Amino acid sequence: MSQLILTQYDKVLLITLDRPEARNALDNATLQQLAEALEATANDAAITACVITGNTRFFAAGADLREMAEKDLPATFNDLRPQLWARLNAFPKPLVAAVNGYALGAGCELVLLCDLAVAGENAQFGLPEIKLGIMPGAGGTQRLIRSVGKALASRMVLSGESITAQAALQAGLISDIYPVELCVDYALALAKNLSCHAPLALQAAKQSLRQAQEVPLQAGLIQERQLFTLLAATADREEGIAAFLEKRPASYRGC
Amino acid sequence: MMETILSHSNNGVMTLTLNRPERLNSFTASMHQALADQLTLVERDDSIRCLVITGAGRGFCAGQDLNDRNVDPQGPAPDLGESVERFYNPLVRRLAALRIPVIAAVNGVAAGAGATLALGCDIVIASRQASFVMAFSRLGLLPDSGGTWVLPRVAGRARAAGLALLGGKLSAEQAEQWGMIWQVVEDNAFAATVEQLAQHLACQPTYGLGLIKQALRAAETNSLDQQLELERDYQRLAGRSADYREGVSAFIAKRSPQFTGK
Repeated sequence: MSQLILTQYDKVLLITLDRPEARNALDNATLQQLAEALEATANDAAITACVITGNTRFFAAGADLREMAEKDLPATFNDLRPQLWARLNAFPKPLVAAVNGYALGAGCELVLLCDLAVAGENAQFGLPEIKLGIMPGAGGTQRLIRSVGKALASRMVLSGESITAQAALQAGLISDIYPVELCVDYALALAKNLSCHAPLALQAAKQSLRQAQEVPLQAGLIQERQLFTLLAATADREEGIAAFLEKRPASYRGC
Repeated sequence: MMETILSHSNNGVMTLTLNRPERLNSFTASMHQALADQLTLVERDDSIRCLVITGAGRGFCAGQDLNDRNVDPQGPAPDLGESVERFYNPLVRRLAALRIPVIAAVNGVAAGAGATLALGCDIVIASRQASFVMAFSRLGLLPDSGGTWVLPRVAGRARAAGLALLGGKLSAEQAEQWGMIWQVVEDNAFAATVEQLAQHLACQPTYGLGLIKQALRAAETNSLDQQLELERDYQRLAGRSADYREGVSAFIAKRSPQFTGK
């Protein structure tokens, strides 16, 4: 049974998590379907950006606790989940999270994995794993501290308390807050704006941004320059600069 | 035991009456709980399109019932913040967040939290005999339940400071003259006027009224730029409402609109 609703708007794919009965909890099946959807999109030249959302009350309220409870140490050691998360992380095109309601635990980690996040006024972000005698296991302790800093990240991870959309905005976890009913519309508009740009430039820029988390500054600057140079060989770069100079909209072909 | 909160629903108007008249309807923990339970019903019921809060007997609400607070001169200091956090603040937040108009029908004296709560409602209508007493400073306390936030906004800084620091009694007439409340009504016409106002609001475009209310609240802290963006967003939402369509088609057809609140 599909736990995702896929809707295409021009060059943007909207992925809606659809397990309302489980508050959109990210069980293995959902993560698997998400990975498959993103992999298909990665190879689809007609789509340049993706938006992930839930419903107005829940983005995703965590992992599936029943599924997790069944796993002892050996089973957890050989868990499929890290591979699923790695497949999500490998998606090369811009990925936008549109968060209404609760993004907790794995839901919050999914937001952190996205390139951009916007939220409805009612959004809540939290990593409550600690309250269950566990801890974040899909990037929560790593990605959060890099975007909001030590003080807030430590408080969230160690206390398990969630923060509001307003606090998330101030901390740099999300870029915008919108009324709940407009959040997905605006995320799609944002993704649509992105998708007007040259697809290869978007991918190279995303890759460069990702590397900023991985390597020291000097190495990052070198890699950035290499990606920059790579774009010099593309037809779309010629088109982009020509269109700017001729004051007309650019028409990109993805090569 | 007598109900501390009376509720009465009529044609989309929910009236909650603070009902401890022998203690000027002052708040106790159990009364807070009863009020919170009623608010939950209001929040869940789409058919309620206006909320009226009023008091039984001669007073509106005398704030916190001091008998309910254990003040033993020899004992450790009480944690007043605890009751503020547990009862008053959630109440103020919930009334502000309600997507329907909230009328404070101030039938008599409103003191302490009773006064600040009333002044925080969307529309305050007072009977001639009503008064507002910022009693906090006389006990060494500060106006809570949003008092220090709402007073400068409805009365201006100078009057807010005077009211809060001196702890004096403000008549309903004076409050009206200062623009702190919407209307003063003669005692004998009070109940009818409140009823008429509430019934009017309950058949208006409730969704749009809710947006107006939220926008006015947001304006208290937003910059002009932020507020302009919020107005754009809310207008987008309002434009999608059934009541907007109804309003426009009724206007074109020169008939009176039948709003559903959606």
